[in-house]
Amino acid sequence: MPTVSYVAFDGTETIVTGFAGDSVMETAVRNGVPGIVAECGGSLSCATCHVFLCADSAGLFPPKLDLEDDMLDGTAIDREDNSRLSCQLKLTDDVSVHVQTPETQV
Amino acid sequence: MGDTTAAPRLGTLIIGNCQAGVQLASTLRELGDTDPITLVGEEPHAPYQRPPLSKAFLKGEATADSLAFRTHDFYREHSIDLVPRERIFRIIRNADGGVATAESGRTFAFARLALTTGAVPRTIPFEGSELEGVSYLRTATEATVLEQQLREARNVVVVGGGFIGLEVAAGARAAGKNVTVLEAAPRLVGRAVSEQTSEFYLQAHRRRGIRVVLNAQVVRFVGEHDRVTGVELGPRDGDGSGEIVAADVVLIGVGVVPRTELAVQLGIEVENGIVVDARALASDGLTVAAGDCANMPNPSIGDFGVGRIRLESVQNAVEQAKVAAATLLGLPAEHRTVPWFWSDQADLKLQIAGLSGGHDRVVLRGEPDSEKFSVLYYRDGRLIAADCINSPLDFMAVKNALHRGLSVPADVATDTTVPLKKLFVAVETADAGRAVAAPVAVDLAPPAVPVPAGSPAA
Repeated sequence: MPTVSYVAFDGTETIVTGFAGDSVMETAVRNGVPGIVAECGGSLSCATCHVFLCADSAGLFPPKLDLEDDMLDGTAIDREDNSRLSCQLKLTDDVSVHVQTPETQV
Repeated sequence: MGDTTAAPRLGTLIIGNCQAGVQLASTLRELGDTDPITLVGEEPHAPYQRPPLSKAFLKGEATADSLAFRTHDFYREHSIDLVPRERIFRIIRNADGGVATAESGRTFAFARLALTTGAVPRTIPFEGSELEGVSYLRTATEATVLEQQLREARNVVVVGGGFIGLEVAAGARAAGKNVTVLEAAPRLVGRAVSEQTSEFYLQAHRRRGIRVVLNAQVVRFVGEHDRVTGVELGPRDGDGSGEIVAADVVLIGVGVVPRTELAVQLGIEVENGIVVDARALASDGLTVAAGDCANMPNPSIGDFGVGRIRLESVQNAVEQAKVAAATLLGLPAEHRTVPWFWSDQADLKLQIAGLSGGHDRVVLRGEPDSEKFSVLYYRDGRLIAADCINSPLDFMAVKNALHRGLSVPADVATDTTVPLKKLFVAVETADAGRAVAAPVAVDLAPPAVPVPAGSPAA
C-alpha cells in the first residue's frame, strides 16, 4: 500500500495510507488532512491543492503538463521549483511519498 | 444553546448528506464543537462529489465510492453520525431545539439545526416524460443509469443548453454518439455567461459535431414499447412542420429548484431558496442553511452587485457551510468571497471568477476562434468578473485580483502579451478600502481544541 506523509507549514506531520490510483490530493481530503483544500475536486480548476514535493519523492511521478504548470502560477503561496498540484500526483503500489503543504491555499 | 439539563446531550442535526452538509459537520469539529453531530440524508451513498457526475462518471472513470468526500474512518474518528436513506419530512422545533421525523418513522432530536437540502432538477411535464430513456441527472444513482443507457445509445438528445446539458453532450459526442442539444432560449448558458461566451460555445460544439438547435420548442417525447425513440419539436422560423429528432436517450437539464419544503414547514422565509443573512442564518434566527438551497446577500468581495442571490456551486457550498458552522457555535463569521465556477466540456475548460451581473462593459482578451481567450466584465470601470476559456492564468489572476480588491484597466487588458497579473491596479472607488478589509470566514476560525482538525476541503 502507498503511504503519503504531509508536513504542514507548522511542522506537523500526518501520515496516511492510500490506494494505488488515488491522487495525493484525494488521499488527503478523504482523511481530513489539513492543508489541502481542493475546491474543484481534482479537475485542475482551482490550484488549492498545492504541495511542495520533497526531493526523495520527485522521481515517483511524471512531470507536470502545461495546464498544471499554468495553474501553479496562480497559487495562494508562490510556487517553488518543486511545486505540484497534488490532484495530479497519482499513487502507485507501495510508494512512500513526502510532501509539504503551504501556509495557505486560498 | 444545548446542554442546560441532565437529559442526553443533544447536538447538531444537519439535513442533507451533500457537499455543504459534510463541510458543515467537518467545520464544527475543526472549531472545537464536541456535541453530537448527525448528518442525515436520503441518498444511499456516503456523501460524494457531484460535479464529476456529468463528466468523468459518465465516461466510466469514477464511481460513487471513488467520489466519496471522506473515508468512513473520518466520520467515525470525528464522531459524525452519518445516516443515509432517511428522508426527513417533518420538523417540530422551539428555541432550544426540536425533533425531526423521517418517513421511516425514525426521529432525530437536536439542539441546533442546519438545512443543506440542496436542489432537485427542474422537471418539465411533457407527454412522454415517463418513457424509459428519458432522464434527469443530479444523483449518483441517476448517473449510473444514464451511464449504462449512454453506452448503448446511438442518438442522444439533451434538452437544455446549460452547463450540465453541454457537459453530457460533449462527453457523448466524444464517445462517437449523434448528439443534439435543444435549447429553448436564443443562446446557450444564457443564465451564466455573456453573449460572447454563449456564441463561442455554440460554434465550438458545432465544430465538434454536435447539433445545437436554439429557440427549440419541445412538444413531446415519442416512443415505442415504453422506450423513447424521439423528441418532437414545434414549428420554427415559420416552418410549419414539426421535426422529430431521433433519440435513444434523452437527458433533461433545464436547471434546478431549491428544496425548501422543510423551511416552509418551519415558517422560515423562503424566496428562490431559504432566505439567509451573511451569517447563513434563516429568518427564525435559529436555523442555518447553506449551499444550493440558500438565498443569501450577494457575497462578492467589493461592493458591486447588490441584492440577493442563490449560487449553485461547490465553492459556495463549502464556504457558506463554514460560515454556517461558525454561526451555530456563536462565533463571528460572514460569507464574503469571490464566487467561482467551472465547467469542463470536451477539451474546453471554462473557469468563471466573480459574478458578472450588472456589468456595463465587456472586454475580449484573446481570440475566441483560437479556443483560448477570456471575457472580462466591467462595471463603472472596474473589473468584476471573467469567463476564461482554456486560460487558467487569466482565471487565477482575476480571482486573485477580485480577492484583493484590485482591478485591471479595460484599455490594457486586451494585451495578451502581458500576463493579467502584471496589470493589477488599485481600485479608485469609494468602496475599495472596504473591499480589501472585508472579512473572510475562514480567516476567523480559532484553532481546533479537542478534536483533530479536519481539512477545510471540498
